[in-house]
Amino acid sequence: MTALPTVSSMSMLLPFTLLAPLAAMLLIVFLPKEETKTIKIIAAMGMLVSLVLSLYAFLNYQWEPGGMQYTLTIPWVPDLGVNLALGVDGLSLPMLLLTNLIGFASIYASWNIDKRVKEFFVLLLILIAGVMGTFIARDLFIFFLFYEIVVIPIYIMVIIWGSTKRVTKEYAAMKLTIYLLIGSAFLLVGMVALYLAAGANGNPTFMFDQLSARQDLYSPAFQKVAFALMIVGFGSLISMFPFHSWSPDGYAGAPTAVSMIHAGVLKKIGGYGLIRLGIYVLPVGASFWAPYIATLAVISVLYAAFIALAQKDLKYVVGYSSVSHMGYVIIAVAALNPTAATGAVGMMFAHGVMAALFFSMIGFIYEKTHTRNIADLGGLAHQMPRLAIGFMIAGMASLGLPGTVNFITEFTIFMGVINVLPVHAILGIAGIIFTAVYILRTIANVLFGPRRAEWDHLTDIRGPELVPLVIFGFVIFFAGIFPNVLLGMIDSGVTSSGLAKVLETVSQAKIGGLF
Amino acid sequence: MFNITTVLTPEIALAVLSLSLLAIGLLIPAGARKGMMPLTVFSLMGVLGYTLYDFFYGPEAAFLGGLYMHDQFAVYFKILFLAAALLVVLSSGGYVQKLPKHRGEFYSLLLMATLGMMLMAGAGELITMYVGLELMTISFYILVAYLAEDARSSEAGVKYLILGATSSAILLYGISLIYGLTGSTELLEIASKLSGNLTPASLLATVFILAGLGFKISLVPFHLWSPDIYEGAPTPVTAFLAIASKAAAFAVLIRVYLLTMNSQTFSATGQTLLFVLAAITMIVGNLIAIPQTNIKRLLAFSSIAQAGYLMVGIIAGGISGIKGVIFYAMIYVFANMGAFAVATLVAEKQGSSEIKDLSGFWHRSPLATVVMTASLLSLAGIPPLAGFVGKFYLFSAAMDQGNVAIAYIGFVMSMISVYYYLSVVKVMFLAEGDGLPEVPVHGAMKFTMVFTMLITIAIGLYPTPLAKMAIAAAQSLF
Repeated sequence: MTALPTVSSMSMLLPFTLLAPLAAMLLIVFLPKEETKTIKIIAAMGMLVSLVLSLYAFLNYQWEPGGMQYTLTIPWVPDLGVNLALGVDGLSLPMLLLTNLIGFASIYASWNIDKRVKEFFVLLLILIAGVMGTFIARDLFIFFLFYEIVVIPIYIMVIIWGSTKRVTKEYAAMKLTIYLLIGSAFLLVGMVALYLAAGANGNPTFMFDQLSARQDLYSPAFQKVAFALMIVGFGSLISMFPFHSWSPDGYAGAPTAVSMIHAGVLKKIGGYGLIRLGIYVLPVGASFWAPYIATLAVISVLYAAFIALAQKDLKYVVGYSSVSHMGYVIIAVAALNPTAATGAVGMMFAHGVMAALFFSMIGFIYEKTHTRNIADLGGLAHQMPRLAIGFMIAGMASLGLPGTVNFITEFTIFMGVINVLPVHAILGIAGIIFTAVYILRTIANVLFGPRRAEWDHLTDIRGPELVPLVIFGFVIFFAGIFPNVLLGMIDSGVTSSGLAKVLETVSQAKIGGLF
Repeated sequence: MFNITTVLTPEIALAVLSLSLLAIGLLIPAGARKGMMPLTVFSLMGVLGYTLYDFFYGPEAAFLGGLYMHDQFAVYFKILFLAAALLVVLSSGGYVQKLPKHRGEFYSLLLMATLGMMLMAGAGELITMYVGLELMTISFYILVAYLAEDARSSEAGVKYLILGATSSAILLYGISLIYGLTGSTELLEIASKLSGNLTPASLLATVFILAGLGFKISLVPFHLWSPDIYEGAPTPVTAFLAIASKAAAFAVLIRVYLLTMNSQTFSATGQTLLFVLAAITMIVGNLIAIPQTNIKRLLAFSSIAQAGYLMVGIIAGGISGIKGVIFYAMIYVFANMGAFAVATLVAEKQGSSEIKDLSGFWHRSPLATVVMTASLLSLAGIPPLAGFVGKFYLFSAAMDQGNVAIAYIGFVMSMISVYYYLSVVKVMFLAEGDGLPEVPVHGAMKFTMVFTMLITIAIGLYPTPLAKMAIAAAQSLF
């Protein structure tokens, strides 16, 4: 593809969204490190610009033609066929918005950081920009580039600002990093194989749509192998059983902002990649592996929920719960049906908002009480009612209470899955019961019960600390009550990107082949 | 038209410069030799500038009857050697000032070694290649043992001398076998005479040449010298040894092994041999790097591993493989130079090169910490740094030839390498360096660090210009 730079309407919107945090980061680099207040404000301003731009993109997106919009294509490495191609459709736009919501809120969740403030915000902004880049890339190479950018800032942030509880923060950081990098080694091999197969006719490309259009070049055997490599790569990213064990340790060691971004959006790159690259480009491989993946996903759901029941540390509860919830996303992906796919993306959005809210509230609890041990806490609602509200909202969203966006998306997932994989669906739904048990138990032990005098000195969250609560609370209920804003968008993405068509052919082939 | 002197200008300039530095060192009293480093730097810049011009606009020909090649491939490597020499000189100013004696000859010997490498890259004939190689190696024997009073440095010097001489002997034996078989030392003629018939003698010659060169690039199992010698040698010398001498050996490996010896029917077996060597080099280099506590030893094992990655490109062969090798060799210069500049700084200011002496480096020298981090991550192949693109070229070239397994080993091993690179980063960022001195970075050292880091990032973000140069250089071979 030696296409000239193509200019669509507002092609610079996405680059500006991406560059805003990086510009803020550069400004911060040149500030003296004593100016902590200014540093925080500049970081917040940078993220505000990104958030507003991505909100504008979200609201201004045309559902009707659908497809990639706000596109920008610049040939980057012509001899490899790499294009700096940006663009969003109904699948990636919710993820972009989610990244910026969480990114913006994470700045405020870190408002009380006082150790090496300058470095913290520099790394945080790089991290956010990296995650954002993966969701707006239309080119596999650029996608991968942005994905790997995030790994190292996370490592440094965990070892410096992390906390040592059950495992040391150094251990947690290294475990997280090694898991993700080994996963990405699998991914890289798959990616290069795909690239070479697609370039067999002498026209190398990394563009997602081109890779998908060259279906004929991938033999079924190749698709199976390549998809297996991607499952390992994306599966360890989305913490699918048995590649999940980095996730609880990593979250527990990480500082609040990293946990929020990691659980909230970074993980979702796995699910997004499985849909965008796995199903879309390698449908035959996907349909071959789908039953196995679905089984692993059900194990993820139930096994992680059981372990969450036994956890004593708040972050471990949410860590395992996020493994469990990601299981729903994977079941939905494996169901290979448009409704479930819509639910999967919706669930990723809903879980992201919920997990970020949860981690920010736990961060505040830890900051104020210096403990995350559930048994040591209790009755916090007396001293900190606003924090308790946030914690409750997150908990209710986590167990899928109607009215929250999580309910709608879980419902959509099971609507899609039940016809295709009835046993998996029923077992998955059973998982919700366990979720309810551990979430309600945690809420009861942490927030309620008799007033404890030892916590009387605590002040409730206020001022900047309220930002995560307000943002996420609003999104959870707004999208829960008007789900069409979110699901309509995703649905247009599933339909217009051709994913629905791919899924239709695949599922027919599957029924013909397996049953 | 061109004549031989215009084509040989860089080589002649280096020889003159090296000899006159030697003379200046003798003539000028010991106290007034501070000007030698700037003199070397500016002369090298001049030669480098000319060579860059030569790459894009120079003539392309074999002359002296195929004895010496002047193609873009050779000029590309000359740019690489000169850039490496320049960066080493720039970063070693303070270090050389602290040497007890023989400061004047240091730069002269460095340039001699560079000249040897340039001859290796251009050699179209085995004797010329061997002369260049020996010029380089003998200069290094002296440079490695430069701190003659220091037990480790002189130990390293003796070790390098003995092992290097042995490897030269093996190489020379291989060359003499080839001469006996073909009656020629010219590469083109050898290729045509050897093609098609594999005899035990030619097989032996091929393997001997591979072993001789394998020593220079520290290919497992010929790698055992490198950690000791890297550790004992003065740090700037280690840098030059790790970066430029390895690249020079790869230049010869491509021209002599890949293009000449591979013309035999041997190539299928040879492929297996290279495959095994590359795989164990990557695995051994990366795994043994993990427990290292000395930064120079760590970089030694990492450079063994890097040689394994480069071998993947040799396995792939063809234009895409060679392009990958020489692209990676160039970015390897900048990534390694950044790391070695920091190691030189630490050796100069703290007189040590243990990893724990980097404790709290983030507080004591933020710039050096950032440069070290970027360099190590580029070596590990983390995007958006240059190392990622380089590895991508290498491994995709191998996969394109159907060698998925070797590329897979490479990818996994480079992810494992992140572990030990990050443990250095961890010490710098996390450990409290109580009682250790502030390490400010000034002048030429600062320039070296910032420059290497900017190049590493720039090539990672926009590799096209360098990739185009590498393709042109690779195509000039065919």
